[in-house]
Amino acid sequence: MIKKICVYFLLILAAFLSLFPFYFMFVSGTNSNQAILAAPPRLIPGDMLAQNFSVLVEKMDIFRVAFNTLFLSVVFVLLAVILFSSAGYVLAKYEFKGKGIIFGFIMVSMMIPAQVMYVPLFQMFVSAGMTNTYAAVILPSLANAFGIFLMRQNMMNFPTALIEAARIDGYTEFQIFTHIVLPNVKPALSALVIYMFTTMWNNFMWPLIVLETKDMYNFPVALAVLDGNPTNKDFAVILLATSIATLPILFIFMVFQKQFVAGVMGGAVKE
Amino acid sequence: MKLSKKSRFFPYAMLLPTVVIFAVFMIYPIIYSFYLSFTEFSGGTYNFVGLQNYIELFKDPVFYKALFNTFFYLIIQVPVMIGLALLLAVLIEQKFIRGRGFFRMSTFLPTITSLVAYALIFKVLFNTDHGLINYLVEFFGGEKIQWIYSAWPARASIIISITWRWVGYNMVILLAGIQAIPTDLYESASLDGANFWQKLRYVTIPSIKPVILFTTITSTIGTLQLFDEPYILTQGGPNYATITL
Repeated sequence: MIKKICVYFLLILAAFLSLFPFYFMFVSGTNSNQAILAAPPRLIPGDMLAQNFSVLVEKMDIFRVAFNTLFLSVVFVLLAVILFSSAGYVLAKYEFKGKGIIFGFIMVSMMIPAQVMYVPLFQMFVSAGMTNTYAAVILPSLANAFGIFLMRQNMMNFPTALIEAARIDGYTEFQIFTHIVLPNVKPALSALVIYMFTTMWNNFMWPLIVLETKDMYNFPVALAVLDGNPTNKDFAVILLATSIATLPILFIFMVFQKQFVAGVMGGAVKE
Repeated sequence: MKLSKKSRFFPYAMLLPTVVIFAVFMIYPIIYSFYLSFTEFSGGTYNFVGLQNYIELFKDPVFYKALFNTFFYLIIQVPVMIGLALLLAVLIEQKFIRGRGFFRMSTFLPTITSLVAYALIFKVLFNTDHGLINYLVEFFGGEKIQWIYSAWPARASIIISITWRWVGYNMVILLAGIQAIPTDLYESASLDGANFWQKLRYVTIPSIKPVILFTTITSTIGTLQLFDEPYILTQGGPNYATITL
């Protein structure tokens, strides 16, 4: 009995510590700056939501930013699904010359810090005259080893017998991929979609470097800029903006929890 | 089964776009970065200077601070986080637990937030004069801690923030490992009179060693690449005390 209480206590404590910052963020968006900075800070919802929002809209074009973030995420996800599922499939199910090297390179690239690439990448986009474009944000992000790895791990378990049966039935290799394999790996695909969507939605460092004008910012960059303004820092407004940026991803997580967890597990544990 | 001649090109065709993207946006920048490290930028051109940049780097005290911090985070943060994740995973898998989904979800939730978002929240919570954490510290009779402005508390705040964000992620991976352990192992351990800790020590941990290794490796890589959190939370300060490689 004591053991049960201890276990529940620890788990509830962990859940509380995990959730509290979210609660604090949402509640602070409805309070005034003074209430947040008071001792103790106000921890119940206030009535400043509308006013904070009107200040926020003055400081940052939140609808434009929301559109940018959504657009970047959706286009990135579409491209990522096409690229990574086809790459993952052939890496899992075909034997061909150079496979080991290609897969090895992709895996090693996971270990290289992104910062190494920023300077050359930036120069590249400058000389192509492509800074401050959506393409400049999306293209480098497509070199994502985790996505390919996730797809390969999941396609490894796809029954080879099905592929061979389809081959005997006269399907071309490409038809096998589109008609037989893809419809049968939907759970893995939805895990990929969710992961890639989150990755792009939260993308910060590279957009910060390559985006130049306010009308191109995504949420993370816009939030950092909002926070970077040292005069009259209004935490209520900052945390309200943070809440707005977090809500969609929170909602997606609630709906697709299972796929999220499956995505994490799929990369790690092999049967 | 032998593929027909035409089909033999199929894997290459499928891989081509990915390989091109990796070559242009990953391999080329890495090589170019490596080349740049031997040059000096002056008067609008890059001049080859050999190892000079490396010599300067090794003479730079900031580099040693960064090196120290990275390894400090590594040594403290990775074991603490993996240990916590393992403990939570084992607790959640206890047979009598109800609301498993809720506990799993709530601890996993921090993983999905954007770096900027959670760094901003923690910045407010860790605020020296007005933050909730210092309020609690004072409430329990402690003295205000200069979270952002003195070296060790600033490092601690970074470790706390990172652990908060990633513990659930590692926990879920470990859960997958624990669920794959055959139940009869636990049953026979119970028959032999093993208690909670003995089961953890002799059944759970040995069975999921590969998974623990996996989480340790990915967390180590993550910590070695740590950059964004210190950048937002403390800007590498005070006096480069939190700066990383």
